[in-house]
Amino acid sequence: MLTEFGRVFIFILIGVVFVAIGMAVAWFLRPNRPYPSKRTTYECGESPVGDSRMRFNIRFYVIALIFIVFDVEVVFLFPWALVYDSLGWFAFFEMVVFLAILLAGYAYVWRKGDLEWDKPAPRIPRYERGVGVREAPLTEEELAV
Amino acid sequence: MGLLDQRFENSNILITSADSLLNWARLSSIWPIQFGLACCAIEMMATGASHYDLDRFGTFFRSSPRQADAMIVAGTVTLKMASRIKVLYDQMPEPRYVISMGSCANCGGPYWEHGYHVLKGVDRVIPVDVYIPGCPPRPEALLEGLLKLKEKIRSESLAKKKSA
Repeated sequence: MLTEFGRVFIFILIGVVFVAIGMAVAWFLRPNRPYPSKRTTYECGESPVGDSRMRFNIRFYVIALIFIVFDVEVVFLFPWALVYDSLGWFAFFEMVVFLAILLAGYAYVWRKGDLEWDKPAPRIPRYERGVGVREAPLTEEELAV
Repeated sequence: MGLLDQRFENSNILITSADSLLNWARLSSIWPIQFGLACCAIEMMATGASHYDLDRFGTFFRSSPRQADAMIVAGTVTLKMASRIKVLYDQMPEPRYVISMGSCANCGGPYWEHGYHVLKGVDRVIPVDVYIPGCPPRPEALLEGLLKLKEKIRSESLAKKKSA
């Protein structure tokens, strides 16, 4: 007789066969006239420029790490908040300790200045009579960066 | 050229039966790619909304040309947009159809003489199946155009096209 997982297997089998038949029929019937412009990547009608495997700024790394830590914190908080009443004081102090550890980490990150998003210094255009707009020359501080 | 598409010299009863099934499937769910270029798009949105209800014809706007069967060029095609429209049309899978909606897309409309920035008819960059006159056309006109397109699809065949 069929086990419970046997039924799941039949479901998977029907799913695969259903998709396979659909793809096969389409393969027989569809017109197939590819050309380079048709194969280009869809970017809202713009011509795609550059590689899709672009690099992100390293500054996102720390931000992403911090985000994940607090994301996990929220995930832990939700089930705790649901059964908070029935668990009593022990669970409450457990969670306080957990939050305190994370808060210490947060204070550390803040103290280290990882939450600062240092922007490149703005270049203020300078107006001179007769020569139009000219960018101010880089200061020594900017050249050092 | 596909495995069966345009492979037959003459049609027989098998091919015509397959044709009618295939065409029925194709015309019953025309999914246009979603973009509006000018005020015609307002009428197109009205057609899609509950009062005129484009969905009852199986028409459902898609956001990607890869999933689209038709393109409703609704509005003024500027020269800058024309190249994009060509790219979007190219990226649609075949069979693909184009509805040119409104005077601007048909022939340049009010920009015919002095519109230095307007393409004088979208049929200069992509082949058009149905032209809908009006400035802008009412939603009923767009529905009529859609039904005309369905009529056109109904007469298609897997057999090779007879050259006149």
